[in-house]
Amino acid sequence: MTIEYHIKGGDFSAAGSASSEVKKTLKQFNISPFLLRRVAIALYEAEMNVVAHACKGLMSVDIRPSCICVVVEDEGPGIEDIEKAMEEGFSTATDEVRQMGFGAGMGLPNIRKNSDGMKLTSTPGTGTRLEFTVNI
Amino acid sequence: MKISLNNLKEKLNCTCLSGENRLDRIADGAYVSDLLSDVMGKAQPGMLWVTSQVHKNIVAVASLKELSAIIVVNERKVDREVLEQAESEEIVILASGKPTFETAGELYRIIRQ
Repeated sequence: MTIEYHIKGGDFSAAGSASSEVKKTLKQFNISPFLLRRVAIALYEAEMNVVAHACKGLMSVDIRPSCICVVVEDEGPGIEDIEKAMEEGFSTATDEVRQMGFGAGMGLPNIRKNSDGMKLTSTPGTGTRLEFTVNI
Repeated sequence: MKISLNNLKEKLNCTCLSGENRLDRIADGAYVSDLLSDVMGKAQPGMLWVTSQVHKNIVAVASLKELSAIIVVNERKVDREVLEQAESEEIVILASGKPTFETAGELYRIIRQ
């Protein structure tokens, strides 16, 4: 079963709603609270990255018997240096975004910690594609 | 480290801004941070969250992390829209009249007792 959510870049007031919806859906699948929280953290961080950096994005959540596979693809500035972006504390967020408490440079590391596999690819100037899996 | 929100509200002299009917919830420890990703990464379910952030995203973080309550410090005003969102997500928001340091200090003393 696959669920898709559209994410609007820059729309902080609706931010987090896609992750909340997916969490509610997953709750019905008899997934342990521990796994549910891992997925929710990774989803939220991925969603916030689109809101904070991109123009728009699509989040697809594929619920399989053995894992939850998530793909988040966005249209936006992309990432110049992926290795650097993965470093804890590194962020290119604007001051405005930082004032809200985002842009601490912990989003991607949080996704890595809360998933069992993560792949990040990007074409600067076009967009970014993030894939991660959480095993059930 | 466990305390009911009702008991805490009284001891910390907080006002309840949302989730009044959920004050029987038990809080287990606390986390102090204004960085949302820090809370997402490090806070544990059931914890209280002390912050000076008052925008709508604090509700999403508290909901996704299953925190027991948000304690907003320094008498910061929380918009009605945020409180409505909190009510619908069953999130308790308490308001402390004191700054972060004093709030966290008192909270530490109370929950260690």
